[in-house]
Amino acid sequence: MSTSPATISASGSTTDRVGSLADVHEAAERVLPDLPTDPVMEALDLNVYYGDFHAVHNVNLAFGRNEITALIGPSGCGKSTVLRCLNRMNDLVAGARVEGEVSYHGQNIYARGVDPIAVRTQVGMVFQKPNPFPKSIYDNVAYGPRVTGMKVENMDDLVEEALRGAALWDEVKDKLKQSAYGLSGGQQQRLCIARTIATKPDVILMDEPCSALDPIATSRVEDLMISLREDYTIIVVTHNMQQAARVSDRTAFFTARPDETTGNRTGLLVEYNLTSNIFSNPNDKRTEDYISGRFG
Amino acid sequence: MSSVAARTARDLTRITTGRSRDRTPGSLIFLGGLWFSLFFGVMVLIVLIVTTAIDGAPRFDGALFTAYDSTLAPERTGFRAGILGSIWLMFTTAVLAVPLGIAAALYLEEFADNGRWYNRFIEVNLQNLAAVPSVVYGLLAVAVMALMGFERKGIVLGGAIALAMLILPVIIITTREAVRAVPTEIRHGSLALGATVLQTTWRQTLPSAVPGIATGTILGLSRAIGEAAPLLLIGLAGAVRFDPAGIFSPVTALPIQIYSMTSQSQEAYQQAASAAIIVLLVMILSLNALAIFIRNKFQRSW
Repeated sequence: MSTSPATISASGSTTDRVGSLADVHEAAERVLPDLPTDPVMEALDLNVYYGDFHAVHNVNLAFGRNEITALIGPSGCGKSTVLRCLNRMNDLVAGARVEGEVSYHGQNIYARGVDPIAVRTQVGMVFQKPNPFPKSIYDNVAYGPRVTGMKVENMDDLVEEALRGAALWDEVKDKLKQSAYGLSGGQQQRLCIARTIATKPDVILMDEPCSALDPIATSRVEDLMISLREDYTIIVVTHNMQQAARVSDRTAFFTARPDETTGNRTGLLVEYNLTSNIFSNPNDKRTEDYISGRFG
Repeated sequence: MSSVAARTARDLTRITTGRSRDRTPGSLIFLGGLWFSLFFGVMVLIVLIVTTAIDGAPRFDGALFTAYDSTLAPERTGFRAGILGSIWLMFTTAVLAVPLGIAAALYLEEFADNGRWYNRFIEVNLQNLAAVPSVVYGLLAVAVMALMGFERKGIVLGGAIALAMLILPVIIITTREAVRAVPTEIRHGSLALGATVLQTTWRQTLPSAVPGIATGTILGLSRAIGEAAPLLLIGLAGAVRFDPAGIFSPVTALPIQIYSMTSQSQEAYQQAASAAIIVLLVMILSLNALAIFIRNKFQRSW
């Protein structure tokens, strides 16, 4: 991403590049309203602090049902922090404090009396590095339903359903009792997705789910994301703009603004729009600079 | 310009030959000092073990393990009471110390808020506890036994309380390290699925940490089995001529018997004590070997 502006203008390709990203997006494109009607989740004036450090400033976002929303932006722009607010995983960071509101179907998940554990059963999460449990493939998938006390008629069926949903069943059906650590990185990540959908969440958060994977595994996970869109609302943080362009319906572009006195970088939302608009016709100069590779 | 380039090139091609600078007298003396220190430590240990084994050689017989302490026939004296007593003490100590130690470590690692003063206070105290001389634990155990109303304190329970307090810090510290070695990603993965902290600890962190905990516990026990001082303080007698029959039974331990026998003047007792020292060493080394075996067998790379 560190291509210098000189190089780009020399090849005269700034617009070409933006155009090509928009082309890539064609495959996944659907006709959607400009803003999500009936959003599943919303961030309203969301501010996040780590101790005295103001990490995220005034983010307002709405995530549409059965849509894939990509959060993109340079390192330290707060996109992962925003993602972790959506299922209260930020509660685990010592000193983290959230102001504003995160609503799930209109209910503020940061309201007094809301149990973060209950939030996480509705809003699942897939992490950057595949993190299967040191258990069998079967037990990895069955773990969520077991700990949440889900009423399960037949666990075998549920495990199969989740593994099929994650496009992993055919690869692992003969070795369900074997350790998940024997799988490849891409398979492990799909297992983590299967594990998440086994608890039947409403929303799936993905924090750079492909950054530890090779290109082939990446493309399988991307295909999976598009098929999961039928049943779930997906919010994905990615460093990879091509990925955002390929899979997402909407894209939120964040950037980091250094504080004038302290120099601490506070993340803020620059632009939120349909992915096709962000990549073909960004409104903000900063968005255009970022997606054309001029910074970040 | 060209002459500079030429000279640089020539210097580069000429590597000094002759004696290495790693072989100057200073380096060699230093190296010699290191070797001497190493040999000194190892040699002292070997000489000690070998001379003890030679001293005790006449007594490596069945009576050493099966006979009780005998004043009538010192050449037939045995350590049956001490060996059985040490085994009883070990089991009771483990039962007392292992659950407490693991629970304390789990609290500190998984539940405690380190910003709270009382948690920091506990931390500092734990570190100090590990450095407390073992005699002090003997005194502490005497006090505990007195508080519980025991007239006779030299029983299995009394000794086990002293030893349990002695190894508690070791178990807590090693358990904390084992728990800390479980990656955060595993915990987060579990929590993100809607598991509680308790479920995450019980189903993910603890099982993954078990090999480390077992290793630490066994090393703690192998330290406890060789201790005499706290047991002397709580009043374990050297001359016990019956097998321990329960946790309230008077008992002796191998190190106590060794201690009381080496203070006797008869040659036969000295021989018996030397043989018992070798038995004790074998017990400790087997425990340590077991700990190493568990560590290597179940070691996981994340």
